[in-house]
Amino acid sequence: MLKGKTAVVTGAAKGIGKAIALAFAEQGCNIVLNYRSSVAEETIREIEAKGVKCLPVQGDVSDFAFASDMMKQVKKEFGSIDILVNNAGITRDMLLMRMKEEEFDSVIDTNLKGTFNMIRHASSIMLKQRSGVIINMASVVGVTGNAGQANYAASKAGIIGLTKSVAKELAQRGITCNAIAPGFVETDMTAVLTDEQKEKMMEVIPLKRYGQVEDIARAAVFFAENTYITGQVLNVDGGMVM
Amino acid sequence: MVFEKIREIIAEQTGKDAEEITLETSVKDDLDADSLDLFQIINDIEDEFDVSIEDPESIVTVKDAVDFVESHK
Ligand SMILES: NC(=O)c1ccc[n+]([C@@H]2O[C@H](COP(=O)([O-])OP(=O)(O)OC[C@H]3O[C@@H](n4cnc5c(N)ncnc54)[C@H](OP(=O)(O)O)[C@@H]3O)[C@@H](O)[C@H]2O)c1
Repeated sequence: MLKGKTAVVTGAAKGIGKAIALAFAEQGCNIVLNYRSSVAEETIREIEAKGVKCLPVQGDVSDFAFASDMMKQVKKEFGSIDILVNNAGITRDMLLMRMKEEEFDSVIDTNLKGTFNMIRHASSIMLKQRSGVIINMASVVGVTGNAGQANYAASKAGIIGLTKSVAKELAQRGITCNAIAPGFVETDMTAVLTDEQKEKMMEVIPLKRYGQVEDIARAAVFFAENTYITGQVLNVDGGMVM
Repeated sequence: MVFEKIREIIAEQTGKDAEEITLETSVKDDLDADSLDLFQIINDIEDEFDVSIEDPESIVTVKDAVDFVESHK
């Protein structure tokens, strides 16, 4: 069903993004793998081993001009942009009282503005195609809030508002836009938490296990396959938020 | 030249034949373009001619677009 489509995944060198890139490759999609600092040669080979093309594009999603250039490059290379997954994201955790302006701005810039930048430039191509699937990575804390993550939670709540607005604007051209809200997923992002913090997390996860990157990747494939769903936020969190 | 290019952009966006489009054509009324079509046409004209159309509402007919581009090049 997704064979031969073009999937763009941001921040896809590791973690959830990498798992999503691999999952779409598994479905036969050609992959545009955006990364910021570096990507292992092995990751690209792993994707290509699934019989699809992989175009690595280095750049910062918070850069509006980069987003424009990347989408032009994708269009030129593959002819279409069928799936866009805005996955790139960062945390700069700190209690509000001690949060520096830079810590707030950088999280908003990458998470929220980065998502806007990519949608802004991919949408003109999707509108012409009259099809497209946009998937944004939110977080359950964007719904619930979280002490120590005012910047991050604000960025993720922003992504949810953005998702619903884009869904409404682009629906008339058959383009869907949804968000995935992961709970606690074992990646580098959560590896920095202390054992005590992790145990506290476990207490609020009814399914009593941490999420794996593949759990999120399956949700992304689901949105690409179900184009009658738009404007939704899907919690993939072991039941943390109900 | 500007007219031909703009005509091409509008034809592509609205799915109409380029021959149907004249300077007097109103994009919205004559070609059944909706607001998304209009914004895309504006976007494409901006990209093509490297201009910035601050007031898209001012562009009603094809001639409005051509005049705008010619006076801002
Ligand atoms: N892990 C969780 O429990 C969890 C929960 C909820 C939501 N999420 C969300 O899921 C997404 C992926 O998280 P993850 O856990 O996989 O994190 P991760 O392992 O830290 O990976 C994040 C990736 O994003 C890239 N990135 C960061 N800033 C970027 C930028 N400005 N431009 C381009 N790429 C950038 C990073 O590249 P560099 O390393 O090169 O900077 C990295 O490859 C994020 O949006 C995150 O907020 C994660």
